[in-house]
Amino acid sequence: MNGAEVANSATRKGSEHPDAPLAIHDLTVAYHRRPVLWDVDLVLPKGKLIGIVGPNGAGKSTLIKAVLDLTPRASGRVQFYGKSYREQRHRVGYVPQRESVDWDFPVTVQDVVTMGRYRQIGWFRRVSKAHRQAAYTALERVGMADFADRQISQLSGGQQQRVFLARALAQEAEIYFMDEPFAGVDASTEKAIVTILQGLRASGSTVLVVHHDLQTVPQYFDHVVMLNMRVVAHGPTEEVFTEENLVKTYGGRLTLFDEAVRAVTQHRAKK
Amino acid sequence: MIAEFANSWTAHDTWIITTGALAAVACSLLGCFLVLRKQSMMGDAISHAVLPGLAIAFIVTESRGSVVMFIGAAVVGVLTAVFTETVHRIGKVEQNASMGVVFTTLFALGLLLIENAAHHVDLDPGCVLYGALELVKLNSVSVLGMDIPQAALNCGAVTLLNALFVFVCFKELRIATFDPDLATTLGINAMALHYGLMTLVAVTVVACFEAVGSIMVIAMLVVPAATAQLWTKQLGTMLAVAVSLGCGCAVLGHLGAILLPRLVNQPATNTQGMMAVMSGVFLAVAVLLAPQQGIVSRIVRRITLSQRIAAEDILGMLYRLESPVTQGTIVTLPDMSSILRASGGVGSTGFRLALRKLTRDGKIVRAGAGCGLTDAGRAAAADIIRSHRLWEVYLSHHLGVPLHELHFAAEQLEHVTTPAMQQELANSATDSEARDPHGREIPKGR
Repeated sequence: MNGAEVANSATRKGSEHPDAPLAIHDLTVAYHRRPVLWDVDLVLPKGKLIGIVGPNGAGKSTLIKAVLDLTPRASGRVQFYGKSYREQRHRVGYVPQRESVDWDFPVTVQDVVTMGRYRQIGWFRRVSKAHRQAAYTALERVGMADFADRQISQLSGGQQQRVFLARALAQEAEIYFMDEPFAGVDASTEKAIVTILQGLRASGSTVLVVHHDLQTVPQYFDHVVMLNMRVVAHGPTEEVFTEENLVKTYGGRLTLFDEAVRAVTQHRAKK
Repeated sequence: MIAEFANSWTAHDTWIITTGALAAVACSLLGCFLVLRKQSMMGDAISHAVLPGLAIAFIVTESRGSVVMFIGAAVVGVLTAVFTETVHRIGKVEQNASMGVVFTTLFALGLLLIENAAHHVDLDPGCVLYGALELVKLNSVSVLGMDIPQAALNCGAVTLLNALFVFVCFKELRIATFDPDLATTLGINAMALHYGLMTLVAVTVVACFEAVGSIMVIAMLVVPAATAQLWTKQLGTMLAVAVSLGCGCAVLGHLGAILLPRLVNQPATNTQGMMAVMSGVFLAVAVLLAPQQGIVSRIVRRITLSQRIAAEDILGMLYRLESPVTQGTIVTLPDMSSILRASGGVGSTGFRLALRKLTRDGKIVRAGAGCGLTDAGRAAAADIIRSHRLWEVYLSHHLGVPLHELHFAAEQLEHVTTPAMQQELANSATDSEARDPHGREIPKGR
């Protein structure tokens, strides 16, 4: 074994992508023996807005949950900045789907956003003023400071989504996973969310967003991951968000496919 | 009767209330989290499922020592939670159905064990249902020179344990209940907390039901928490309200059990049953009076709304009946009432109430048998008519509503038009539309 081989095998044991915010190798996830994700390989670039698109049931949410250890993996290796998720937890932020929680829960907007700080606060400790202030600042950034003392049941869908976003901002992470942050929000909230995402990118964060509206993909995202059980394509939006890849991703689902083709044509026409 | 009651009060009654209140507090603290997790029937499930635990503990040790029984029951209680989760995941069965399958199976197993293997164990079904709170003094131990009933000590111990758990893990319980996925990504093990909570529920159920019976335990796990949720918007207050309600049930339950039957010349009834009934009464009151969703507050809101509409209709009518020349026209009340009634307005009581309010607010003046608009009233009326006529313009020009249907639609819409909406409507109308589709002038905005 010569020196180069030793070095090579050493890196293989460690990490091939020590700088990548997220590197996934051979990830497979199955529910009741039926595979949902199959052999997913993905290395994400740093400081980009990345969209995940694919038809319903393509495994978009499952991908996020498997990566964050919320769903058991059948096989595969996941690394954040070259290390395991456990070691890098503090650098990862998560925005679950809005419907995943009970919005009648007796908790105020301020309390929900403060939850984003719980890791910094630590087990069993009381919430200090500084953390409450950090949560309030996050609320100001999403334009919801006036709602701090409201119970969450009094919010509209768009406001709920902003609160979730504020909670993620309060986490002060470097890589964010957002599961359909644009679902069911009004136009002004969508615009506000996009601005916040761009702000995160400007500060060097990487943001991974599960997205449904193919029309806005080229406009919002630098990179795109096209998923349907396997990764059909991923890379800069310019290169991979093509008619051909959309056909491969969406297959025979005609209505969606038409929409996709229209999106691509419009995008091309603009250029 | 009061004097007789006060004389008959003994230390025994005080202990009954104390023990009941301790059990209620222990249960309602955990109940809040069960209700919020939508697992309120877990208490019911666990309190039935512990039966085989009691039986096996007896078969293995041949003793009815409370410590052994307690451990057996607590272990099976926790297993109930584990089995429920397992059946739910592996069998793809819905959570509640899975709970139902597990606890009925365990309960049946317990019955078989008692029937066949442990038939000489004297488990009294009545005692399990109602507990033996009246007999609380019979089994006492001496602590620091005080005679304290064993049941009060047991309930006190779990109350302390639960209070400590909720106090120390408050923030962790809140996030794990509200958003378990986020909790897990933040390194707070939601699953561990879930089983911690279930263990405490099992321990609490076993410790309390010997004293107060399973009906009261199940009631206290669900009802105070469900009632408190109607009234509060923060978890901390919800816990405090639930605990207070639990204590209230214990006190009122015992008093009620002694006093209520006397009203009909009956002997005192079962205290724990009355405590559980009290919790139901509290819930009923909460459903009636809750600030947001309560029935009473909904009725009040509806009456307030119909009063406002009646007042606005009166103002609008007076405005239409006077012209610039005849400002200050006095219209007689019977005329007003019949005009309003003809246009589908309020009945006579609503009409009188609305008139009184308008007079009090200085919008109209009463003169003899009639009344007319004041300046303030005229301005308010002009605003309503402006909304009405702008709506007619909008409906006619943008939606093509036929002329004869305009009035009725605009009559509804004028009452819900905000200043911003009115501005929006005015912006959508062109300059040539200074009059409504019927040709009447639209009053100028304020």
